[in-house]
Amino acid sequence: MVDVLRAGFYTSIQDTGRVGYQHYGVPVSGTMDARAALLANTLLGNTADAAVLEITMSGPKLQFEVNTAIAITGANISPMLNGKRIINNHRINIEKGDILSFGKLVSGFRSYLSVYEGFQTDAIFGSRSMYQGITKSRTITKGDTLQIQQTHKANTKHFASLKIDDAYLNTSTLGVFKGPEFDKLPRTKQEQLFKQTFTVAKENNRMAYQFEEAIANTLDAILTAPVTVGTVQLTPSGKLIALMKDCQTTGGYPRVLQLSEAAIHILAQKITGNSLRFKL
Amino acid sequence: MFNLVYKLYNASAILIEWPQQINTDILHDILAFKAKLQAGNFINIKYLNHAYASLLIHYDALNFDVAIEQQKLKDVYKSVTSKNVSEQTLWKIPVCYDLDFGIDLKALALEKQMDVGAIIERHSKPIYTVFFIGFLPGFLYLGGLEKRLFTPRKATPRLAINEGAVAIGGEQTGIYPTKSPGGWHIIGNSPIRFFDVLKEVPCFVKAGDCIQFRPVNLKTHQDIKTLVDAGVYQIESEVLHG
Repeated sequence: MVDVLRAGFYTSIQDTGRVGYQHYGVPVSGTMDARAALLANTLLGNTADAAVLEITMSGPKLQFEVNTAIAITGANISPMLNGKRIINNHRINIEKGDILSFGKLVSGFRSYLSVYEGFQTDAIFGSRSMYQGITKSRTITKGDTLQIQQTHKANTKHFASLKIDDAYLNTSTLGVFKGPEFDKLPRTKQEQLFKQTFTVAKENNRMAYQFEEAIANTLDAILTAPVTVGTVQLTPSGKLIALMKDCQTTGGYPRVLQLSEAAIHILAQKITGNSLRFKL
Repeated sequence: MFNLVYKLYNASAILIEWPQQINTDILHDILAFKAKLQAGNFINIKYLNHAYASLLIHYDALNFDVAIEQQKLKDVYKSVTSKNVSEQTLWKIPVCYDLDFGIDLKALALEKQMDVGAIIERHSKPIYTVFFIGFLPGFLYLGGLEKRLFTPRKATPRLAINEGAVAIGGEQTGIYPTKSPGGWHIIGNSPIRFFDVLKEVPCFVKAGDCIQFRPVNLKTHQDIKTLVDAGVYQIESEVLHG
């Protein structure tokens, strides 16, 4: 068990998501930076779909009630164990009573905390990912007790050395595919998408990331069509919106670009004001 | 048979587009295609998601070759017949159009120069087709609203619309399955629950089914709501034959 002493800005349980319920209008959800989450699980020898804590911008304060092991990946939010600075991307053994806290955001935006065998909160439609209206709450809150397994020393695996490449955290290029409506854009607008720098607007969350710069939109609304994580829509006001993990399953705005899987991980680590470019 | 367009959507998904229209022939063709894919042995298909006139197929990224999959899809489509569609149900959905619930009914009546009773009659008469579920978990996209009831969405959306609210927005009508912000005009409320996380099949309606609204008074609405909350309300329905 883990006691939540402080919740942090937006901390939620996430896993690989709720796949196969999209025809009921259920978002996929799951970790925004799936790459970092996979690494956090791999460091502990967990399965890829083990549930982790997704920590956004400012961290929670947690007390462990059992012996376990943890790993922290993604954003660097100055993690501390019993007040002593610990590092990302390493397996760390935890003893009953230990307190994990976080400090200043140094790089990235979302950090992932894995525990041995994953968090054991309720699974609904095959996933523990928190989403308003599906799970009881959309984030963890102060006073919550999160269920986890206890480790037995004999089970602990060690990775002697694992070279971690975190360069993507500082990348500002998003690899994209042409969206279904890309070809309907006039040539000049198509070129503008790749020439211009786009700034992350303050409207960014688990549902979508909006960008500041506008592109004069000459396209009509489309007949409501499927969308998915990474779909970049062009709104009537000319703003680009990149859909993220908690996005709706269908949409009526032209879909001009589609982010690659790697680009979704990169964007998930961006914060208001960051500059980005799209690249085919 | 329609002329379909196949597009690569991302590194592991293919989008299939039908002629871009709201049309039940297209809906039934999509459903038949989808059923055939689900019945076939396509182990690398993760999930499918359709809307009015397109179908998005998500594949396992580790086992995906666009040229091969596109050819397979084209071959499957050749053998699709309307027989592939599963049984369709007509659901009779109780709606209370009392002004307590239908907070925009009076304004709508004024705008349309109809009395409230005429709006209720025109709204509850047609048999609506469920094209797909999207926007919110359990939100049905319904086709078949009478033209005279088409109403542009409100310029400023409400921050909270109650669960069960029955509303008109643009050329569509729908039921809010959960409390949500929204810009549609609210004309009534249904006590039926369209999305239930405690059920294995969270929404009893599926694409291709039909809906008809049955006007009920406040008292009946309350009674049905009590039964729904207790999990014992039986929604009136009949099986439709193609």
